[in-house]
Amino acid sequence: MATKILMPALSPTMEEGTLAKWLKKEGDTVSAGDILAEIETDKATMEFEAVDEGVLGKILVAEGTSGVKVNDPIAVMLEEGEDASAADAAEPAKAAAEAPTSVPAQAKSADEPADIPRPDTSPDWPEGTPMKTQTVREALRDAMAEEMRRDENVYLMGEEVAEYQGAYKISQGLLDEFGAKRVIDTPITEHGFAGLGVGAAFGGLRPIVEFMTFNFAMQAIDHIINSAAKTLYMSGGQMGAPMVFRGPNGAAARVGAQHSQDYGAWYAHIPGLKVVQPYSAADAKGLLKSAIRDPNPVIFLENEILYGRSFEVPDIEDFTIPFGKAKIWRKGSDVTIVSWSIGVSHALEAAEKLSKEGIEAEVIDLRTLRPIDYDTVLASVMKTNRCVTVEEGFPVASMGNHLSAVIMERAFDYLDAPVINCTGKDVPMPYAANLERLALITPDEVVEAVKKVTYR
Amino acid sequence: MAARKGSASSAKAGANVSAEELTQYYRDMLLIRRFEEKAGQLYGMGLIGGFCHLYIGQEAVVVGLEAAAKEGDKRVTSYRDHGHMLACGMDPKGVMAELTGREDGYSKGKGGSMHMFSKEKHFYGGHGIVGAQVPIGAGLAFSDKYKGNDNVTFTYFGDGAANQGQVAETYNMAQLWDLPVVFVIENNQYAMGTSVQRATKSPDFYERGIAYGISGEEVDGMDVLAVKAAGEKAVAHCRAGKGPYILEIKTYRYRGHSMSDPAKYRTREEVQKIREERDAIEHVRQLLLTGKHATEEDLKAIDKEIKLIVNESAEFAKESPEPALEELWTDIYADVAPQNA
Repeated sequence: MATKILMPALSPTMEEGTLAKWLKKEGDTVSAGDILAEIETDKATMEFEAVDEGVLGKILVAEGTSGVKVNDPIAVMLEEGEDASAADAAEPAKAAAEAPTSVPAQAKSADEPADIPRPDTSPDWPEGTPMKTQTVREALRDAMAEEMRRDENVYLMGEEVAEYQGAYKISQGLLDEFGAKRVIDTPITEHGFAGLGVGAAFGGLRPIVEFMTFNFAMQAIDHIINSAAKTLYMSGGQMGAPMVFRGPNGAAARVGAQHSQDYGAWYAHIPGLKVVQPYSAADAKGLLKSAIRDPNPVIFLENEILYGRSFEVPDIEDFTIPFGKAKIWRKGSDVTIVSWSIGVSHALEAAEKLSKEGIEAEVIDLRTLRPIDYDTVLASVMKTNRCVTVEEGFPVASMGNHLSAVIMERAFDYLDAPVINCTGKDVPMPYAANLERLALITPDEVVEAVKKVTYR
Repeated sequence: MAARKGSASSAKAGANVSAEELTQYYRDMLLIRRFEEKAGQLYGMGLIGGFCHLYIGQEAVVVGLEAAAKEGDKRVTSYRDHGHMLACGMDPKGVMAELTGREDGYSKGKGGSMHMFSKEKHFYGGHGIVGAQVPIGAGLAFSDKYKGNDNVTFTYFGDGAANQGQVAETYNMAQLWDLPVVFVIENNQYAMGTSVQRATKSPDFYERGIAYGISGEEVDGMDVLAVKAAGEKAVAHCRAGKGPYILEIKTYRYRGHSMSDPAKYRTREEVQKIREERDAIEHVRQLLLTGKHATEEDLKAIDKEIKLIVNESAEFAKESPEPALEELWTDIYADVAPQNA
């Protein structure tokens, strides 16, 4: 049966092309793989091969013709022995993918904000729960140990996590309890062991990958985003990477530009990741336990300065904190200060100072940057009518920028002043002590911002 | 540890293989070739979009290695992945429907040519970033060692990826931890348009493991029996708990890097010569005929049968509907534990 040969699409963007040259002429016998013609696309001149064998019955588009649309018939192929007159009766070419008739409507995202904020005000633990004092460091270790006891498939890998007991002593004692099979020292190869961890997660394990600091995770960020975060989607839900990437993030002290950066906004940008940035020891513990149990890749950003700080932690079995639920550290009616991680410490200090001047600030700790508890923020802003965000990261495309946009969209009429974003300065972190102090966000800067939005 | 040039394991073709097996390899390789030709055709018609990397010419690599695998073994590869999927038993209809971006595709149309997976067939992608599948493959092997089974992971990558830093990192860890992973370097001699000679002064990739203590050998990738024999040896090494093994399989891609590659970096004659003199399918065809394992008629019947399967897959892929618009918002997060491989 005669078949029409159609103008082929030879690049992802080609819509039409030039039939530069015919390399076969009418009546020629053609084998599969023979070059029929040269075609100029928007990118290059391509050789166009025959798919089936036969005889070139009739050329419909002469060489040198430009503007030939993809899928227009350009020639007719005949089967061996078929008469050339069959060419005229050739099957009309099947239409290729039709152009979409309408732009697909964007479905509503599951976490798209509703109009009225409904904050979850339930307590994190029941009233009367016995408490104990713990450092953030101890809380993180306990969270890992408890989850490793609970699930045989949870293991920890990273640089110096085993025999050295952790570069920051977060994994103290874990090697002794769980052995070298489950607490694994890696060579200094972030790209490699992050990818290996993703593979282990695909294979059914629950890896905790520790980065000595998140600065080094930049070497591994392709695996975090392209391999871990996107695979569930790309596989149509068949497989994903249930795992935790954790370690200290943000500025420590006097370690200079390459070791002092806050990556919260970077990871919060990525669909498929969950991002946690705890402040207190109780949150560090409850959120890390949730992270290890979560069936998705979780970025768990700790803070070195906070490791040694002590907090009250509930002394109960199986204590977890859900993602996407902010914590209100301090109630207030004059201004809302939104922060997370070490920023909460600056916000609380600022709030104390402001209180002495008669300004009562409500201090919200987001705890997780993905998902974000918009409801708690919006309900507070609707009450105080003013908002300041506090974070350590760089100012451009910061989390504060995003929060400002959401507040503007959903609570514009409630605002009595523009939202101010307090951030780290737009400079690489300097080493000199005086300059480093200038580069970091301080409680005094938060005080100043609050006075601006309250017109004091 | 040793690194050997190919002669020893290559092609004592016909020995130690039954007529049924040989026929099966012929059938499997032919399915890949015809499937890829059809995919190229559908691409030309605009039914397949974006990047589409065809496997034509390299068929003996995956068919030979699958012949050395057992149930439970895993495989992971790059974006030139259609052949791997067909060879491990994934349904041509599901693969083709993914190429056309339809709801019956392996990833519901959300992955495309470069991103396909099958938990059932232990196929872990389908990765679009050159070299990224290499540590992932070692991680899959890590999970099997952790669980204490004797599964092996075939980690495929090309001569281009072999120069990636993460490959060196992975060799180091795989040998350090004795991971049961076969590193399969499909050396088709061109990393997109850059020939091996223009990319490295150390072109013997099977020797790249020596620095880490990993044995490797060179294999004739146009001879499915040589590939199978090398695969069996590598797999035995891994299953015995001796750690990873490297196979550098010399092969050749007949088509461009992707559909939009005019392939000006090599001559038409170079491609034609290999097609005519070293084609892997033709090789098995001759073995079947000269060994009197099959007649021309038998082979014609197989050709016909394969053509039917491929045409059915193409029809299926055209008929399957585009994914529902709601699919835009699904599979971003797993609500329940997604797997227990």
